[in-house]
Amino acid sequence: MAYSTQDLATMDSIIKRYPRSRSAIMPLLHFVQSRVGYVDGEGIELIAQLLALETAEVSAVATFYTQYKRKPVGEYHVGVCTNTLCAVMGGDAILAGLKEHLGLDNDGVTADGKVSLEHIECNAACDYAPVVMANWEFYDNQSVQSAKDLVDSMRQGNPKPPTRGPNSLVTWKEASAVLAGLNDGKAHEGVQAGEASLLGLRISKEGK
Amino acid sequence: MTTAEIVDMITVVIDGFEVSVPKGTLVIRAAEQLGIQIPRFCDHPLLDPVGACRQCLVDIEINGRAFPKPQASCTIPVEPGMIVKTQLTSAVADKAQKGVMELLLINHPLDCPVCDKGGECPLQNQALSSGHSESRFQGVKRTFEKPINISSQVLLDRERCVLCARCTRFSEQIASDPFITLNERGALQQVGIYEKQPFTSYFSGNVVQICPVGALTGASYRFRARPFDLVSTPSACEHCASGCDMRTDVRRGKTLRRLAGEDASVNEEWNCDKGRWAFKYVTAVDRLAHPQVRNSDGELVQASWPEALAAAAAGLKASHAAVLVGGRATHEDAYGYSKFARVALSTNDIDFRSRISSDEEREFLAARVVGSKTTYLDIDRADHVVLVGFEPEEESPIVFLRLNKQFRKRALKVTSIGSKLSIGVEKLKGEFVKVAPGQEANAVAGLPLTAKSVILVGERASESAGVLTAVAALADSTSAKIAWIPRRAGERGALEAGAIGNLLPGGRPVADASARVDIAALWGAPSLPAAVGRTNDEIYSAVNSGDIGALLVGGVDPLDGINGAAALAALDKAFVVSLEIAPSEVTQRADVILPVAAITEKSGSFLNWEGRARSFDAAVDDSLNRSDLRILSMIAEEMGTSLNLGTVTAAAKEIASLGTWDGARATLKSTSASKAATLKENEFILTSWRRLLDLGTLQKGEENLAGTARQTVAVISPQRAATLSVVDGDRLKISTSIGSVTLSALVEDIHDDAIWAPRNSRGSQLLVNLGAAHGAVVTVVKI
Amino acid sequence: MSKLTPILSAHWDEKDSFTIEAYTRNGGYKASQKALAMDPDAVIQLVKDSGLRGRGGAGFPTGMKWGFIPQGDNKDHYLVVNADESEPGTCKDMPLLMANPHVLIEGCIIACHAIRAKNGFIYIRGEVTHIVRRLNQAIEDAYKAGHLGNGIDLVLHVGAGAYICGEETALLDSLEGFRGQPRLRPPFPAIAGLYARPTVVNNVESISAVPAIINNGADWYQSMGTEKSKGATLYSLSGHVNNPGQFEAPLGITLREILELAGGIRTGHTLKFWTPGGSSTPIFTQDHLDTPLDYEGVAAAGSMLGTKALQIFDETTCIVRAVLRWTEFYKHESCGKCTPCREGTWWLVQILRDLEAGKGNEADLAKLLDLCDNILGRSFCALGDGATSPITSSIKYFRDEYIAHITQGGCPFDPVASTLFVGAGA
Repeated sequence: MAYSTQDLATMDSIIKRYPRSRSAIMPLLHFVQSRVGYVDGEGIELIAQLLALETAEVSAVATFYTQYKRKPVGEYHVGVCTNTLCAVMGGDAILAGLKEHLGLDNDGVTADGKVSLEHIECNAACDYAPVVMANWEFYDNQSVQSAKDLVDSMRQGNPKPPTRGPNSLVTWKEASAVLAGLNDGKAHEGVQAGEASLLGLRISKEGK
Repeated sequence: MTTAEIVDMITVVIDGFEVSVPKGTLVIRAAEQLGIQIPRFCDHPLLDPVGACRQCLVDIEINGRAFPKPQASCTIPVEPGMIVKTQLTSAVADKAQKGVMELLLINHPLDCPVCDKGGECPLQNQALSSGHSESRFQGVKRTFEKPINISSQVLLDRERCVLCARCTRFSEQIASDPFITLNERGALQQVGIYEKQPFTSYFSGNVVQICPVGALTGASYRFRARPFDLVSTPSACEHCASGCDMRTDVRRGKTLRRLAGEDASVNEEWNCDKGRWAFKYVTAVDRLAHPQVRNSDGELVQASWPEALAAAAAGLKASHAAVLVGGRATHEDAYGYSKFARVALSTNDIDFRSRISSDEEREFLAARVVGSKTTYLDIDRADHVVLVGFEPEEESPIVFLRLNKQFRKRALKVTSIGSKLSIGVEKLKGEFVKVAPGQEANAVAGLPLTAKSVILVGERASESAGVLTAVAALADSTSAKIAWIPRRAGERGALEAGAIGNLLPGGRPVADASARVDIAALWGAPSLPAAVGRTNDEIYSAVNSGDIGALLVGGVDPLDGINGAAALAALDKAFVVSLEIAPSEVTQRADVILPVAAITEKSGSFLNWEGRARSFDAAVDDSLNRSDLRILSMIAEEMGTSLNLGTVTAAAKEIASLGTWDGARATLKSTSASKAATLKENEFILTSWRRLLDLGTLQKGEENLAGTARQTVAVISPQRAATLSVVDGDRLKISTSIGSVTLSALVEDIHDDAIWAPRNSRGSQLLVNLGAAHGAVVTVVKI
Repeated sequence: MSKLTPILSAHWDEKDSFTIEAYTRNGGYKASQKALAMDPDAVIQLVKDSGLRGRGGAGFPTGMKWGFIPQGDNKDHYLVVNADESEPGTCKDMPLLMANPHVLIEGCIIACHAIRAKNGFIYIRGEVTHIVRRLNQAIEDAYKAGHLGNGIDLVLHVGAGAYICGEETALLDSLEGFRGQPRLRPPFPAIAGLYARPTVVNNVESISAVPAIINNGADWYQSMGTEKSKGATLYSLSGHVNNPGQFEAPLGITLREILELAGGIRTGHTLKFWTPGGSSTPIFTQDHLDTPLDYEGVAAAGSMLGTKALQIFDETTCIVRAVLRWTEFYKHESCGKCTPCREGTWWLVQILRDLEAGKGNEADLAKLLDLCDNILGRSFCALGDGATSPITSSIKYFRDEYIAHITQGGCPFDPVASTLFVGAGA
């Protein structure tokens, strides 16, 4: 794809965040994903050029981190936590259910390009297990059925909103722009905390 | 340095033995001092410690306080009060090492019988010394596609790799060519390139050599031999003046590979890919095998040695003869030519500079270079290094590595005076003083140097008038050191041997009567010719004008100069005796051809740019080919004189007996810079250099090596590109009155007046195609 | 009086708690004003006196870490906040940042002042889009309010999926734009950290604890906790309990006490095993219900306080399955740099898979333990060590269950029984 003048200006502003330009590799890779949906050769070559690095140095970084994708993912990328606690609490069943429901293997994408599926590691929401992530937004306390309903809503183009997140689910590319550090104006949306996060506070207010 | 460097010594106990080592020494190397070998893979003395493989774990306590777990001895410097227990005395260290070895082997294919590394493999050796005899692994091994090319000459077998990262660290830390990196993560981590950027480093062969397993192999050597079938001989590299120590491995008379040797003061443990992989020219099928003499019909026919020697002697005696010797002769051979000219031909008409050269340069060499002693150590200690007419990465790669080492270690300041910013200077983050080709002299004058600065002058400095004058003046005014770094391995030796018209051996000026007496006495000659000899160009002119009738030519390519046509005409006209290893433009025109030994077939030495002797023995025994020196002696005998240089040893002995010249040095007349040219819109001033990997004759037949050469391009500046509406990749036709070349454009950092192209690369042989190389005005058209 | 001491979480129940307005309304950014008026060394001393220790797992005294930064060295200093929270079971920093990002920003301002740093960086894991939004917005708002930008700058750096980047030197390499692999130490970050400059790396919770300490004083903080583990902290309860969630309590509280507050183990079930501080800390059983959850208490009982991630598993959970899954995690997250971790986790997974599937034998257990011995303390960083913890501790407590897999030729457990939605028709 062609990067617009605006894109290049954004990339330049990302580089300027840091005392040393090389630090900008990771946000720039997120930015490439926000434009292309994954990290392609053109993106690697562009970043190498912007940071005066060899392409091998950029691809070495890009292949180290699992969030950088080598091929297109769905508009809504669904991750099911199957680390021990979530797996035991139902994550394994949810993943199996979604695989069957979507007809996908791990890392697969539906033919309509709407949904991709990945099993993920612990996402720091264990008190909401089992956890499903979509474009790295939290869907707490899922069941096999709720997860199926979620992906169905995605395929219908009207994804259910995250449990703790913005009022509506943004696309993979839009989420990638947020991870590149760009403000989409949705920080104020959604709850400030889920029930589990508030449990101790509530109990202490009850004097227990 | 007058003050001795004071080194703090630290005493530690390793396996019960005390050893004192300099502060900062790593435990693994302190153990080596005691002969205790701790197994290791990632450790390499010239790379930064990384502690990745964990093979070298030992138990350590300091002042009675024990580390709670075994430590990687390759990352820990010695400390006072340290007690180290290696695998020899600590059961914990021994188990830790065996455990790591077992883990290294679980995913190793154990395909030693078909692996090139088998027999010289650190993994194989240390698995025996520090491993279990049986593996407990019954699972599924990690597999990868078997070897993949990461360049045309390096193959990578990821299954064999132990991920020690020596190769990637070398590429980054030593060569500054991070084209190979560790990719992926965890158990899938692997060495790799970016798919569109092969490992085209000039130094890539070093990673093959330092790979502790058979993961990286060279395409040219793959499946050719087992290490235990090879005979190794220490050798010196003949490809440039860096002076690398080398090892040549031969099986049944055939060189199969060459490796970098170890010399801490010169090449450390590295060399360049040309030195490593360009050696087939020696065994190329067109080697000259027999003497030939041109018969009365004008045909070259095979002759016996006595016939050929007689013909040569007669021809050289018949008229005034001169000597042309190429820059690749050994010091001893060059000395032979030098003595032959004076003793057998009674002339000073000799010049080793079979390339573009100038009178200013000849005076500079006599006044400033011969006998000089600037070394690599001066680079190590320099506060500032200036490059003049010299691209270290292309023209003397080990000098580049040394500069790069000091740049990485202590941000050594490097200034390059030239027209185009090179890749090498960019890597050194050098200051680029951009001048139009021909205007370098003005940029040299006034550089703020000190007595700790070093000016590295390349042979191309002779291509712009006044540059060498300016360099000498700068050195005089600042006390900075000068080093002259020619491209060819033999030039410094030839200079010291007096294979040039204004000098006798040992830096003695021909013009100095007492110098002539000195050498005449040594040689037992009644007298030596007194007139300063002709230069290269003058010799060709003198043949064409009839003043010289015969030429003795050794290892010269007449097309290496600007005026190739005149050189060929002279060779056509003169009686030519050619000492060569293979057919050439000279042998075609020769009247007598005498085949000589190639570098691997003889002993001798080169003087590298420092003037340091790099001697070597014949790597191939039983060669019937004789050195130039031996043949020159035979011609001299035939001519009725004697050189008394029957062997290389005899020559070396005589050279050693020369002593140093303590008389007055030759002086350098001042030459002024030429005026800047005024250019029309489609005119540029040409500049060029030879790339390390190009069409050089010693690289013949090395297809794998050629595959990593840099692309042939014509470089112009952004401003000129805009004026001519040229973008990268456009075709540019560069023309002179002689001819033209058409090259792909690259818009880069270059002086607006200049256009750069490689001097002798595929599609761009400027001396032949354009009759120009530097400083000439050329016409450029986008086509 | 409650056993709980909500400090960080005190205002999380206010709808707009994450905004600068709410934070200011609740007294925010007063501590930084106070601290900026203090001598930096006095700030360090105050934090030292408070007894605050690192909440990221290792428990190193925070004030002492700050004190290691060389002063007057004319070099740039850096503060780097580790918000890479990825240790399985750990889920305290993310809710904290979602509900109150400004407390971290204020803590950063104070810490930067103390260590004479002009630049701070927050390295947050990449898999939390909304928290990135909140933090980014909070930083923008703090700039607008003038808390940032007047001598102290803060950059949010978003990771991209690598557990190893929670290791401080790997985090620094990642932040510098390299692969996130751990560095050799020495030099330690305090001497040569980010860009080879003196650097403090602190966990989110550690830095967030600082504003309250500045406001209320060292004595106040000292008054909570135990002899060597001062203050309060977030305990994250998850798994087979009736009410999972965050519990901010003084150090030294026990799991029994927390479970009582949380309504106990899942009704009808019993506690089988639990982690005191994430999967890298050796597991505990019901024998450890009364172990004081402070640094010393947990260590004395053979584990580590870690991140205080209390993952609770009841009797329906198969220990082999649980351990296998954690081991697969370590294999997935091993950075690949060192042999024991890279190759060892690869092998451990294969053995455990066989064991879980009933294809193992008793010799495999000995092999597992010996392999763990060859990895623990032989790896480059603590990731490899952590990978062995669940294996060795589970074999210690549940050897019979491993044997049962062997003798029965498979797993004796019904995985459905341990799900949250068992009986709900899934």
